Amino acid sequence: MKILVCITHVPDTTSKISFTDNNTVFNSSGVQYIIGPYDEYALSRAIELKEQAGGTVTVLNVGEADTEPTIRKALAIGADDAIRVNATPKDAGFVAAQIAAIGKEEKYDLILMGRESIDYNGGIVHGLVADALGMPSITPVMKLDIENGLAKMTREIEGGKESVECALPFVAGCQEPIAEWKIPNMRGIMSARTKPLKVVEPVAVSDHVVYGSFQLPPAKGACKMIDPANPAELFTLLRNEAKVL
Amino acid sequence: MSVLIYVESNGSEIKKSSLDAVSYGAEVAAKTSGSATAVAIGNISPDQLSLLGKYGATNVLHVQGEAFNQNSPLVFAAAVIEAAKKTGAKVLVLPKSTLVDSFVAKVASQLQAGIVTNVTELPDLSNGFTVKRSIFTGKAFAHVSVSSDIKVITLAKNAFQGKETGGSTSVEALTVQLSDADLKVKTTNVEKTSGELLLTEADIVVSGGRGMKGPENWGILLDLAKALGAATGCSKPVSDMDWRPHHEHVGQTGVKVAPNLYIAIGISGAIQHLAGVNSSKCIVVINKDPEAPFFKAADYGIVGDLFEVVPKLTEAAKLLK
Repeated sequence: MKILVCITHVPDTTSKISFTDNNTVFNSSGVQYIIGPYDEYALSRAIELKEQAGGTVTVLNVGEADTEPTIRKALAIGADDAIRVNATPKDAGFVAAQIAAIGKEEKYDLILMGRESIDYNGGIVHGLVADALGMPSITPVMKLDIENGLAKMTREIEGGKESVECALPFVAGCQEPIAEWKIPNMRGIMSARTKPLKVVEPVAVSDHVVYGSFQLPPAKGACKMIDPANPAELFTLLRNEAKVL
Repeated sequence: MSVLIYVESNGSEIKKSSLDAVSYGAEVAAKTSGSATAVAIGNISPDQLSLLGKYGATNVLHVQGEAFNQNSPLVFAAAVIEAAKKTGAKVLVLPKSTLVDSFVAKVASQLQAGIVTNVTELPDLSNGFTVKRSIFTGKAFAHVSVSSDIKVITLAKNAFQGKETGGSTSVEALTVQLSDADLKVKTTNVEKTSGELLLTEADIVVSGGRGMKGPENWGILLDLAKALGAATGCSKPVSDMDWRPHHEHVGQTGVKVAPNLYIAIGISGAIQHLAGVNSSKCIVVINKDPEAPFFKAADYGIVGDLFEVVPKLTEAAKLLK
């Protein structure tokens, strides 16, 4: 089975978010970058599927050269090879077009990624890629098993979950608990240095969506403390002051 | 501009987030001298369909049939695409839901539309079409302009409040032809906790963390939630330890909520948890540790033993109204 896992290179979940250049550029100074947490779940499951049934796992990232340490980490975790599309991932449509262009050439059986990136939270790249390749897309997938070309999945729905079936090939947006994250071992880290990482140039895409400026939410006021001996006071304040009851 | 709004029901009623979307779509239509049409899919009662008129829809397209009773992303995409083509919609508005998440990208792709998700405000039409969207899990916003002929937007939860304007709507059946390709994804089983308020739709959410000390202590939290008419959530460690089901996990990698009132009980407030709740209008934190980081993000706080404070709150909540 030939599996593609698309990964994002995103600020660590504990990063302080700020912007520079008159609020038009994300301030990356002091920010630690990681593989998108949802993408890492997808990658872990892909490696498990390969261990069970054989095949290859390729990781793909759309990003500038500074994403290569993140890609190498994915190789250390267990992907066989990697592709980097040499471009800034400016919006979901652009990224999806790059993934679809590679998908058309390579004919993957399964394309996995996180259900959304944790920076822009769009949650649409899997659906756009799938439609461009004429495949279905399923999200958010929390369980994925494949038998004889038929995938059995569990997806989360509001207040519960549902089981779905779909024949390969398809695209899935993944989330926990589809697999446990894998900690790369020393052999993985050493071998990642020499695994193939191909750099390709982006395809041209018409811009439907353009990001302008960014802004931070208004600062939160001080927390008003309530006497634990008289907690009912809380509801008076919620009703008369905060007006949320 | 002709506006199409997709609405969904919780099985008996149109969801609040869908009514918010109808109001949003109606305002965009009014600003651009267009009409607002809603598309509803599956078994939804005539009363509920006519309710959409009160929120600003002037026509409702209703799609029914056996294939539409399951939440198949391809089938729903086909229906919304058909409705968009029929109405010549230039703007499609959808509420946030797990079903919408599963099909909206296909709709945009098929209509060659620009798509923006997590939109928090009405579009700025003074210079093209610019919307504000939530990014970094609520920690920032971006202003995004959409230049395609057709535009698809999904709204962030609870960001825009729908209101009744007292209009009325016609209801029309819409027939959608499905191809074999639309039936590739099959739903084989649905497990829903019945009778529970949906976490993502609730006005009030009460969540518990490790401070609850064990699943056997959840009764006091459930009592408070019941007294307030609230949905219940939990922190990640709690769902990881199986004290509560996974779909209750609120946070960066779980459910993101945006209720009017979020009450956190025995949750310290790790940044990943805050990411899932920072769009709430008002946050109350109950924790015995005055240094818990959650107090910095809270509007109101009670420092005390939750096993004493929560039952007292429940008694007080029962006296409300």
